Amino acid sequence: MPGLPPEIWVPIKLTIELATITTLALLVVATPLAWWLARSHAAWKEAIAAIVSLPMVLPPTVLGFYLLIALGPDGPGGAIASLWGARTLAFTFTGLVIGSIISSMPFVVQPIRNAFAAVGDRPLEVAATLRASPRRAFWTIALPLASPGLLTGAVLGFAHTVGEFGVILMIGGNIPGRTRVMSTAIFDFVETMRWREANMLAGGMVAFAFAVILSMILIEKRFARARA
Amino acid sequence: MSDGATIRAAFKGVLGSFSLDAGFTAPARGVTALFGPSGCGKTTVLRCVAGLQRLADGLCIVAGEVWQDPDGAFLPTHRRPLGYVFQEPSLFPHLSVRRNLLFGAPRHDPDSSRAKIAFDEVVELLGITALLDRSPGKLSGGERQRVAIGRALLSQPKLLLMDEPLSALDRATKDEILPFLERLRDRLSLPIIYITHSIAEVERLADQIVLMEKGRVIGAGPLEEMQSDPALPLATARDAAVTLDGVIEAHDDCYGLITIGVRGGSLTAPAPPAPVGDRRRIRVIAGDVSLTRDAPGPSSILNVLPARIVSMKPVDANEIVAVLALGPDGSGARLLSRVTRKSWETLHLSEGASVYAQVKAVALAPGRGELG
Repeated sequence: MPGLPPEIWVPIKLTIELATITTLALLVVATPLAWWLARSHAAWKEAIAAIVSLPMVLPPTVLGFYLLIALGPDGPGGAIASLWGARTLAFTFTGLVIGSIISSMPFVVQPIRNAFAAVGDRPLEVAATLRASPRRAFWTIALPLASPGLLTGAVLGFAHTVGEFGVILMIGGNIPGRTRVMSTAIFDFVETMRWREANMLAGGMVAFAFAVILSMILIEKRFARARA
Repeated sequence: MSDGATIRAAFKGVLGSFSLDAGFTAPARGVTALFGPSGCGKTTVLRCVAGLQRLADGLCIVAGEVWQDPDGAFLPTHRRPLGYVFQEPSLFPHLSVRRNLLFGAPRHDPDSSRAKIAFDEVVELLGITALLDRSPGKLSGGERQRVAIGRALLSQPKLLLMDEPLSALDRATKDEILPFLERLRDRLSLPIIYITHSIAEVERLADQIVLMEKGRVIGAGPLEEMQSDPALPLATARDAAVTLDGVIEAHDDCYGLITIGVRGGSLTAPAPPAPVGDRRRIRVIAGDVSLTRDAPGPSSILNVLPARIVSMKPVDANEIVAVLALGPDGSGARLLSRVTRKSWETLHLSEGASVYAQVKAVALAPGRGELG
């Protein structure tokens, strides 16, 4: 991006990369999980729902602390890293993706679960009486009917990943070009009294947040009108 | 009746505080009405037939195919060749009317003439040609229910299940859809199980009836038999009536009357001329049939038929319903007559007595033209 110094646009680029990969991964993971939470009659499903929601309540430092251990050389993250000869996933971009997936999970699962629940049994029963296998009913009926929830989940997941600070700092450090994202870059600029740069990033975040909320409201209105 | 042409269903189980123990056998043709008060378990039975609900102790055999048996065989709903019309139309809101209609159609050449129920035919039958490219949200209640019926038909079912398809609709919309259902019954040789708590719908549509009460089946058989069975609640209801399927024997264009033959007699009613040989369903209300011992003299009542009293049952302290069999020997169709206890005793009526039935009014149901 011409005109912007690398110390500004590199974190922006990294943030967008991180949020995009995290959001895509979350849609793949959270959709089946939300489907199960919305449809299962298992008694223990709310326990799973509570575990998924934990990152919403836990202080980011607590979550970050456990993630740091899990991603480190002695945790499962270290074992995975050893597959390609590395020692740890902590302080790497991959580690950030894994941490972001976990910390943003509830913001994606919850709206999708609500959307599946709102679809209800009836459309799926109708589909079954029309010879649709459960798989076909899911793809052609449940998923399209729940699409506003998926969209909301994706937007919230993206926005939350962009805004995450504590977890990122704990597991990613603040390594320029590798793990320094916008939120940690702002922190760094403030620490070093570089108000102008901090202002540029912070102002950009405000504009981004505004755009996210506005587009979500507009999307919802549009869907509501289409279904009326 | 061979097993290949029947529907056998029996379901037993407890659902919350409700216990169901309902079984019936019906011919796999025509309309079988599942009739009973709200909450008697009709919908549960239909959902079990569809496989939408599973009771372990269940049996469901349709035209020789086992859909469920108590030994654990259970065909999931999407493998059962059925159509289901729910009480609410339940169209898929994200699909156009056309795509709703084709959702269940066999995916290879849905328009093929090999399909038993063709797209164009259904669309025309239900009068929804103009709606095809609309979104379900833009349709009226009656239009939606017609699309839902068409969608079920186009899945090429071997059995159509309808759960009070008219109950959520207002009177005018009902009157708009009933003729479609009648055409459907007459044009497609498709067995239908039809839930209703409206006796008027039963009388217009049903060939057989399964009577339910509190989770149990209290009677099942041809409509006429069930209506005239004094042991069942239909015969003693305030609006008790029998429906008879007859054939037009003559029409009198001068006086605007037609004569319809039923077993053991014929009945005359005012009606527009219709070809001799056409089938007509008539309805005779118990309160419109009075009894005399001797052949009456000239009267304004057109229909006076010799009959025999088969059985009787008191309706309350002062009224009696008598079941009549038409014909001097009492071998014909059944009629009901509601008389006062005073008349019953004054005329010395009794079971087995020969009487003349005077029928004040005969209501004609719309034509059942092509019904075989």
